[in-house]
Formats: sequence, structure tokens, C-alpha cells
Amino acid sequence: MGLREALKKTRSNLSKNIRNLLGRRDPSLLGEIEDLLIQADFGVSTAEQLVESLENVQSQDYYSRLEKELIYLLNEREKKKQTPKPPVVELYVGVNGVGKTTTIGKRGYMLAKEGKKVLLASGDTYRTGAVEQLSKWAKRIGVDIITSHYGADSASVAFDAVDAAETRNMDYLLIDTAGRLHTRSNLMEEMRKMKRVISKKREDLPQETILVVDASTGQNALEQAKSFNEFIGLTGIALAKLDGTAKGGMAIAIVKELGIPVLFLGIGEEEEDLIPFNAEDFVCALFE
Amino acid sequence: MLENLTDRIKQIARSLSGRGRLKKSDIEKGMRDIRRALIEADVNLQVARDFTKGVEEEAINQKVYESFTPAEMLLKIVGEKLIELIGKVEPLKLDYQPASILLVGLQGSGKTTTAIKLAVHLKKQGRKPYLIPADVKRPAAFEQLRDLAEREELPYFGTRLDNEVKLCKQALTQSVLRRYDTLIFDTAGRLHIDTEMINQVKKIKNTVNPSEVLLIADGMTGQDAVNIAGEFDKQVGITGIILTKMDGDARGGAALSMRAVTGKPIKFLGIGEKPSDLQLLHPERLASRILGMGDIRTLQEKAEKSIEEEKAKEFQKKLKEAKLDLDDFLHQIKSIKNMGPIEDLLDMIPGGKDLKKLMDEKQLIRTEAIIQSMTLDERRNPKVLNASRKRRIAGGSGTSVQEINQLMKEYEMVKKMMKQMKGRSPSGPVLSGQGPLGRGPMMPPSFFG
Repeated sequence: MGLREALKKTRSNLSKNIRNLLGRRDPSLLGEIEDLLIQADFGVSTAEQLVESLENVQSQDYYSRLEKELIYLLNEREKKKQTPKPPVVELYVGVNGVGKTTTIGKRGYMLAKEGKKVLLASGDTYRTGAVEQLSKWAKRIGVDIITSHYGADSASVAFDAVDAAETRNMDYLLIDTAGRLHTRSNLMEEMRKMKRVISKKREDLPQETILVVDASTGQNALEQAKSFNEFIGLTGIALAKLDGTAKGGMAIAIVKELGIPVLFLGIGEEEEDLIPFNAEDFVCALFE
Repeated sequence: MLENLTDRIKQIARSLSGRGRLKKSDIEKGMRDIRRALIEADVNLQVARDFTKGVEEEAINQKVYESFTPAEMLLKIVGEKLIELIGKVEPLKLDYQPASILLVGLQGSGKTTTAIKLAVHLKKQGRKPYLIPADVKRPAAFEQLRDLAEREELPYFGTRLDNEVKLCKQALTQSVLRRYDTLIFDTAGRLHIDTEMINQVKKIKNTVNPSEVLLIADGMTGQDAVNIAGEFDKQVGITGIILTKMDGDARGGAALSMRAVTGKPIKFLGIGEKPSDLQLLHPERLASRILGMGDIRTLQEKAEKSIEEEKAKEFQKKLKEAKLDLDDFLHQIKSIKNMGPIEDLLDMIPGGKDLKKLMDEKQLIRTEAIIQSMTLDERRNPKVLNASRKRRIAGGSGTSVQEINQLMKEYEMVKKMMKQMKGRSPSGPVLSGQGPLGRGPMMPPSFFG
């Protein structure tokens, strides 16, 4: 499923409504655009700021200006990366039930298809079924996996996994972690320890620490990103479950406030349903 | 993020006109902030709009209590309306034997964890829960429920079947054989509401005829909450909602959206990862959380006090006019009684002993019965009480004419006492309104002089 198709619902809602607005000229037009952005979970202040930037714009240009603003905003934060030294370690974190394991499975498929040697590691030793779930993904996409038993120390699983990735000359190591609410300081500390242990192995590891965010999450997504960023430092966002009616507008707020780029979009349950983020496509699909 | 709505509203309130009644322009100013706060708490835009409109209508021309600022008055109305919209605490309705509970919801919303929590909760209440993994398509779902159930030593249906109707029927049979009285069906979750999932859930629903169909939803959900709850309710028909992951710092406005769009009650909140982390809804607490203000209750208490004060003033006015009807009389006896231990004080005033007698619990019930058996006219003007009226009242209140005569004597005595006190200082030394008896409803200072 392509992004455009996946975002069809989002698009048809937003674009139809914005088009309806654009044919008219009345003082409440900007207010109505603000409403649409709010309904897409942009958050009140982001929506307000975006609409403020339209104040000196002719109403027929509202849409193109808005599109430009958003693309600029999203691209500005996209970082230029040097080619990292393998194995590239990607650590996936997030609150409960956002879709971390599924995102890793799909990311593994994406990399394996590019011909990369991929290793998965199940650092979620807390949730029952988590190891089985990731093992199934490993089998499905034909890659190896490092697991441990239920209740094992997740940091030591990560340590072993990095070891294995190095000795087996892997290109990528994708590490799953247990879901945790960002307000649980003991669990956040545990996460910090996990990251520290990985860094001890080689100080440039992990190259990526990715927060998986459920697209239907509201304003709390920003709090999640703030907290995870504070504790372990984030390098990117994966926006999961974007193929429903949720718009995922909080991603804009995260990029804007924290400067953390969106890296991937999850647009379905199949293995190919994770796509690299592209600002033009994303915004285009949102408003097309 | 709006940290404290109260402060914001109070800031606006400085520009609000003084006391008296709430004016339209003031209310509109306040409502803009309330609406913003609600949206920032993830309340759906339309739901937030409808809500503030409702508040506006109610608030316009509303009298501001004397001890209130207009802002406090506005916040009080907002808080009350919010609590009203969140709805009352409604316990699970488990009518049948065995009773079935269906848990439905999207993937990642926390259905399986909630199933375990519900089972633990019901077990504590003396019921015998039976967990049924009813997702026949995903084996991992079965394993997860099985592992959690085993860890908590809860009985579960352990046969794997690929047909949900068969599965439900066998589970029902098992429950009868093993005498389980509450079946909890953990149904399939999907990333999104699709026909396959809905059909699966519908089949199960038709087979087990559940007492409750509970939507399990993530408490951090944003504007999409209306779509999720609306669709589930439309397509499956839900009887209640459980909001999960409420132990984080999400304000939980999704609760309001879901409640508004379905009209179905929020039954529980999931507040942690432990099996015991399931909490009954506290409408007041949730309202405070959504608004980001902690003092709805304080405002209510203040309002109650304010009403009492106004009543007391009214009473004082009546006194001055030497009008004391039997309703006032009863109200005052009760008020004094509510003030706490005052026997010692009563001994110090003339006629206090009689008053003390009136305040005896049993006597108070009889007094109340007598007065309530009177017509409005009789209460306002006790002089009309003749022998035949007294007989009627005695019959109606289960007392005797003698008792009524006795009460009338006491009433006249109190009235006389009041008249004597009228001439004295309104805030006399013995019992002033806010003296050592300052708790409870305030007494008119001139009651005792």
C-alpha cells in the first residue's frame, strides 16, 4: 500500500474541507483552517502559529503557503548523515502498544530487501508474547534474532546482541524494548542503563534511538517525545498506524518543538508497510 | 501546555465586571480559554465547542454567589457541567448466569491486560471469572492471555479453535461445567476498524449474548477518539468504555469525546501495569484532570457554604420582620444540630434547655414529620391550626395531637425568644456566626444574640 492510498482518508477529509473553504472569502476562513489543523491533532499552539503565518497571505494562496511552511518545517529538521560504521544499531523505544515490534519487523524487511545483513534483538523481556512476536517477524522476513527469557535483564540482552552483530558482521542491529510510559522514572532509568551499556561496547552506538509514536495519540505525543529525549536522547520518530482515520499531526509539533526528524511512517500491517519519511509526499498526501 | 487553567481564568477575571450576575461578554472571554484547555486535553474540537456553548447558556445571567468572583462562579459551572458530561459511576451489569463480558478495541489499546485486570477485580468481588482468548486468527493473542492468566492463577479457556462460534459455545459449556459465573472474552484487535474484525466480534456477540460489551481505548488518544468510539458503537454496539494507560500524564480528554459521541459510560480507568491497577471512574477527579485544575471540589464546597449563608441572611431578614414560619424553624433546628457539640453553650442561654430537647435525634424526626404533614399554608401561618387540622396532622405524621401542641408551644417560645433578642446587638457575645462554631452551616448571629 502506498502512502497516498494509506493517507486517503486523512487526505479526503482535510483536502475536501480545505477546498471547500478556499472557494470563499470571509473573515472566519483562517479560523476554519485552524479548526481543521486542530482536528488533525496539530495541537492548538502549532495550529495557531501556522495560521498566524498566513495572515498577510491572499486567501487563494493559503493552501500553497501552508504546504510550503510545513515542508520547510519538516525538511529543515532532516539531518544530513555521514555513512555510519557498521553495525548500525537502531534502538526502538516508546510507550505501551504503539507498535514498536511491528515497526522493527517492517524496518528489518526494508533493510533486508536492500541486501543488508540484519539482526533483530528482543529487548522486551517484560511483556508476555513480545519475544514470540518478534521471533515470528524474524522468521517471516528471513533474518536472525537474539532473544532471552522472560524477566531477563534487558540491558544484558542488548549487550549480547551488539556482540553478536559485531562477530557476525551484521550491517544492522534493530533492538526492541519493552513499552513504558514516559512518566515512570524507574523504567526510564532502566532504559537509560540499556543505552549506556550499548555505548560502552562502542561509543558511537546506538546510532539511532527511535521513538515510535501511535498516529492516533493526541497532545501527549509531545510529552512522550520530550521525556524520552531528555532521558536517552532521540534521533528520530517513527509514526505508526497512519493508515486509519488518525492524522498524526502531533509529529509536526514534535519536529517543530524538539527538532527531532520523522524517519518512518507505518501505513499498514504488511511487511512492506513501512516507508521512509519524505516531507513533500507527506504534506502533499495530507492536502492533495 | 496550559499548566493551570484556574490561574488563566483568574487573569481574565480581573477584567471581568464586579459582582452581581455573569455577563455575556465575560462568559465568552472565559469560554475561549476553557475551550482551548479542553482541546489541549485532547477533547474533540466539536465536543469542546458543544460543551462551552452549553456552559455559556447556563452561565448567562447566573447570579454570582456573594463570596465568589465571577471567575470562580464560571469555573464552578464549568466543573459541574464537566462532571455531568463525564457521567455517573455505573457498575458492571452482569445479569445472566453465567454473565459474559466482551472486550473490544484496537490493537495496542490494552485489551488483554485489561481482561486480566477485570478478572482480578471480579474475583475480589467474589465472582468466578473465566478468561477466553477469542481471537482465532492470531496465535500470539492466545499465548499472551494464557501466560498472563497462568501468572495470576486465573482460569482460562485453553483449547485452540479456528472458529469463533464453536469457541464461544465450548467456552460457555465449560463455564457451566466448572461453575464459572463471569466470562471475559478477549476479542481480536486490529490496527484499524475493518470489516473482518467487526464481523468476528459480531459473531461472538450473537453467540454469547453478552451483558457488557466494553470498548477498551487508549487514554492518550487524540482527536481520533470520536471516530474510534463512534465506529465501534455503531457497528458492534457497546455498553461501556474502559480507558487505559491513564497512569501517564495525558489529560484524558478522549474520555469526554468518547462519552459525548456514544453516550456510553466510562466504567474503569487502567492506571498501571499491575493486575490490580484498575480503578473505578471518579467523575470529579477526571474532570479536574481534564481541566488541569484541582479545585472543582473546593469551589463546590464554597458554593454550598455560600448558599447556606444566603439562606441564613434570608432568615435574619425574616426575623427582623418577626416572621418565623415552621419551615424556618425546622431548618434552624437542623442547622444548629449540624454545628456540632453545642450542649454547653445551649445551657448558657435562656430557653436553651428546650432547644436542646428539640435537637434530640428522635425528637427531631418527629418534629420533621409533623411539619412535613402540614400544608404550606399551615407552615407559614401556624395560627390556622385548629383541632381538626391537628388531628389530620397527627394522623399523617404518626404522632398525637398532644405532641403537636407541645411542638407549637416550643415554636412560640423560640419565636418569643427571637423577638426579645431582636433588640440586641446582631453579633452578640455568646454565639456569633463565625465563632468557635464556624464549621458547618453558619448561624444567623442574631439567633441567640
